[in-house]
Amino acid sequence: MKKRRVAAAAVTAALAMGLAACGGTSTTGGESGQSAAPAAKAEFNAALTKVFNPSTKKGGTIKFANSGDWDSLDPADTYYGYSWNFIRLYGRALTMFKSAPGAEGATVVPDLATDLGKPSEDFKTWTYTLRDGLKFEDGTPITSKDVAYAVARSTDKETFPNGPTYLKDMLNWPKGYEGPYKSKDVDFSSAIETPDDKTIIFHLTQPYSGFDYLAQMSPTMPVPKAKDTGAKYREHVISSGPYMFEKNEIGKGFTLVRNPHWDPATDPNRPALPDRIEVQTNVNADDLDNRLMSGDIHIDVAGTGVQPAAMSKILPDPNLKAQTDNPTLQRLWYTSISPTVKPLDNIDCRKAVLYAADKTGYQSAYGGEFSGGQIATNLMPPSIPGAQPFDLYPSGPDGTGDLAKAKEHLAACGQPNGFETNIAYRAERPKEKATAEALQQSLARVGIKLTLKPYPQADYFSLYAGKPPYVVENKLGLAVNGWGSDYPDGYGFLQQITDSRVIRETGGSSNISVRIPEVDKMFDQSLQEADAKKREPIWNAIDKRVMEEAVILPGVWAKSLLFRPKGLTNVFISDSQQMYDYVALGVQ
Amino acid sequence: MTAPLDVPGSATEPAPEAVLAGADRKAIQGRSLGQIAWMRLKRDKVAMAGAVVIVVLIIVAVFAPLIVNLFGHPPLEFHREKIDQSTLVPKEPFGGISWDFLFGVEPQWGRDIFSRVVYGARISLLIAFLATLLSTVIGTTLGVIAGYFGGFVDTLISRAMDVFLAFPLLVFAIALAGVVPDQAFGLSGDTLRVALLVFIIGFFSWPYIGRIVRGQTLSLREREFVDAAKSLGARSPYIIFRELLPNLVAPILIYATLLIPTNILFEAALSFLGVGVRPPTPTWGGMLAEAARYYTVPHFALFPGLAIFITVLAFNLFGDGLRDALDPRGR
Repeated sequence: MKKRRVAAAAVTAALAMGLAACGGTSTTGGESGQSAAPAAKAEFNAALTKVFNPSTKKGGTIKFANSGDWDSLDPADTYYGYSWNFIRLYGRALTMFKSAPGAEGATVVPDLATDLGKPSEDFKTWTYTLRDGLKFEDGTPITSKDVAYAVARSTDKETFPNGPTYLKDMLNWPKGYEGPYKSKDVDFSSAIETPDDKTIIFHLTQPYSGFDYLAQMSPTMPVPKAKDTGAKYREHVISSGPYMFEKNEIGKGFTLVRNPHWDPATDPNRPALPDRIEVQTNVNADDLDNRLMSGDIHIDVAGTGVQPAAMSKILPDPNLKAQTDNPTLQRLWYTSISPTVKPLDNIDCRKAVLYAADKTGYQSAYGGEFSGGQIATNLMPPSIPGAQPFDLYPSGPDGTGDLAKAKEHLAACGQPNGFETNIAYRAERPKEKATAEALQQSLARVGIKLTLKPYPQADYFSLYAGKPPYVVENKLGLAVNGWGSDYPDGYGFLQQITDSRVIRETGGSSNISVRIPEVDKMFDQSLQEADAKKREPIWNAIDKRVMEEAVILPGVWAKSLLFRPKGLTNVFISDSQQMYDYVALGVQ
Repeated sequence: MTAPLDVPGSATEPAPEAVLAGADRKAIQGRSLGQIAWMRLKRDKVAMAGAVVIVVLIIVAVFAPLIVNLFGHPPLEFHREKIDQSTLVPKEPFGGISWDFLFGVEPQWGRDIFSRVVYGARISLLIAFLATLLSTVIGTTLGVIAGYFGGFVDTLISRAMDVFLAFPLLVFAIALAGVVPDQAFGLSGDTLRVALLVFIIGFFSWPYIGRIVRGQTLSLREREFVDAAKSLGARSPYIIFRELLPNLVAPILIYATLLIPTNILFEAALSFLGVGVRPPTPTWGGMLAEAARYYTVPHFALFPGLAIFITVLAFNLFGDGLRDALDPRGR
C-alpha cells in the first residue's frame, strides 16, 4: 500500500473546520458575472460543510484545467486523489463515497451494487449484487464479469504501474497470477467468483472489515473485455457513468459528453447536471490561477490549492478571500522520534522534544495558517470519521513550546543540559528543510542540539530514514515525515505509520519509530469488528497509545486553499475528497 | 642566480642578466621586471578597483562575526515577528530593509539577509581559494613533469588531462557530494562538506592550469639558459625548481587568479543544487536556491546574487589586469 499521491506539493492550511460556519465576511464581491439564479453569498469556507449555491438546473459546460496531466485515465492505472474524484464522472465502481458535504461525504454508499458488501463470518469473503439495467456507453449491459475482469487486469503492474494495489495484495489470487494479458485464460476464481451476471464474490487472504472502502476504488469500475486495449485503453475508456469521452487529445485535454446509455434510475448518487465537461491539461499553474480568478475556467482539477503567487493576491483581499475554501486534508506532517537512538531511548528525553518543539514554527514551515495547516496535537486528522483530537503535550499558551516542562523532562532523563542528535529530512522538499530548521531553533532553547541531515527523497525510506540499522548507525534521532490516507478511515490512516509489523530491517517503511505491541494487537482486533462505528474508538485508542509513548511529534494537519469556482452550482467539499466534489457540480 | 621573469616565445630574447644590468644601470636604476609589472598594474585603475574589492571581501569574510555583531543579527537567528504568518513574506515593504536589517529579512523565518550574505562570503571564498590552490599545485606539478620529460610521460599526462576536461563534472560532483556520508576521513559536518567541495572543484579543474604550464615548459626547456644549466651538469630537479618554475610564476599566477571566480561560480552552482554545504549554514548559492521559491520577494535573490556577481567580476578584472601587467604583449 502506498500513499495516495497529491498532484503538487500539497498547498494547504488554515482555520479549524469548526470555524467554517462563522468565518469570513459577507460579501457578494466577484459575483458580477452571474446572470441566472440568485447568487449565493460568497463567504470564506462557505462550501466546507454545506452546499454552496444548491441547484438542480441541468445543462451548460463545466471547464476544468490541470497544471499537469493525469497519470492515466484508465481506472486500473490512476492514483491521484483528484483522479479518483473525477473518474466517477465516467466510471462507476461497486461502491462510492456519498456525494455530500462534510462528514456525510465520507460514508460509503452502493454504486453499481444494490447494497454494500455482505461479509462472511470471518470477513474473508465479500459478496456484492449488481443493480438491474446497467449499461456501457455502447449499450451493452454491464455484468459482474466485466467488474471481475477489470479487477483482474488491474493486477498487471507492468501494464498499469500507477494504480492502487490493495486488491492485488489482499485478494487470494492464484500463485503467479499476472493479469489477463500474461496469464491468459487462467482461472482466478480463488480471488473473484462470478456465479451469475449479477453477483460478484471476493475472497481475501486475511480478514478485512473495511472492504467497502476498497470496492469504491477505481479498479472495480467495469471494463468490457472485448473493448480492452491494454495500455492503450486510457486513450478511450469505455464509460459506465453519466459522461463519456467525445475526444481525447493526450497532453492537451479531453472532452466529456452525456452518455446516452446511462440511466439515472440506476444511479441515485450522481445528479449529472452539466451537458458537457471540457478539460485542459498542462496549463501553467500561475496562469491557471489567474484564469480561475477571472472566471475563464471553473476548476483547478488537481484540487491541491492555489499557488503562492495567487495566495498573496487572495489573502489580503476580503472579496477574493470570500471566494475560497480552506479544507483540512487527511494528511499529517510529522516528525518521527526514534527510540532506538540514544538518549531518545529514554521516554523523558522524547517528551522533552515534544514539549520544546515550537508548533507555530512547524506550521510556518509548511506555509502558515492557510496553506500550511492546522497545528496537530495528535495523529488522526479531525476529518477522519470518529477522530477526536486530544493534546497530551500542550505547547504553552502561544503554541511556541513549554520550555519549563521540557527542562523538567530533560532532568528526569538525566540530560539536564540537553543532548545532541540528528534530524533527517528529504533534501528536495523545502518545507521539510524549513521544518528541520525550525526544530533546530526551538529545541536549542533547552539545549537539544540538532544537526541537519538531508537525504534524497527517492531513497529516504528505502535506504536512510526508513531503514532501522541506518537510523541507529547514523544517530537519526528525528526524521521529518508525512502521511496521507488513501481513504477516510482510521485503519487506512494509522496502520501504515503505527503498526510495528510494517517496519522492515531492509528499509522502505513509512513507520520509522512506532514499535508498540499493544498497538499491533489493537489493529488485529479492529479487523474482526464489523461495525464501523465500533471500530472508531479503537483508532482513538491507538492514537492515544502512540502519543503516550512520545515517538511521534505531530506537526500540522495539512490544509489547502481552494478557489471556489464562479458560476457553478452545488459546490461543496466532502471529507472523502477533501476538495470540491466533482460529481455534484452544475452550471448556473 | 635568478632567471628573467619573462614569457617565452617573445621576439626579444632576454639578454644575460649581467649584460642587461651593466648596460642599463643608469637608465632604469635596476628595476626588476617584477617592479615594472607592479608599476603597470598600479596604473591600471580597473584592475586596482578589482583588487580593492577583493581585499574588502577577504576582510569581510575573515571578520564576519565582528561585522555581523556590529551591523546585523546572528545569521541563524529567526525574526518571525518580521514575517506575515499567512503569506510568509516580510511584512514591511522592500523586504523589510531598514537600519536594523540592512539587506532586509528572508521570507519564512525572517533571518537577517545581510548577516547571511556576509557569512556566505566565508564559505565561498574559502572553498574557491582552497580549490584553486589544490588545482594549481596539481596542475603545475603534472604540467611541468609532462612538459619537461616529454615522451611517454607527456602522452600519459596529456591524455589524463583530456579525460578530465571531457568529464561531465557537474554530474559527477552532484553524485559524489550526494553519496559521501556524514562522517568520513575523520571529518564531519561543515568541515567535511567544505573539504569535499574543495576536493571536487580543485581536483577537476587542474587540467586548465596543467595545460598552460605544460605548454610553457615545452618551450622553456629548449631555451639557452636551460641548455647552459644542463651543460654545467645540473640535474632535472635543479633545472625544474631553479630554472623553469621561476619563469612559470607569471602564467600560473594569472590563471590561478582567473580560476578563482570560476570556482566561486561552481561552488554557488553546487550549493544552488543542494549538494554544497548543508543548511542552515548560509551560502550564496543556497540562498539563491531558496529565493527562487519566493519570486514575489525579489530582494531575497538580489543580495546573494549581487554578492556573487561583484566577487566574480572583481576577480576577473583583477586577473585581466594582472595578465596585462605581467605580459603586456597579450593586450
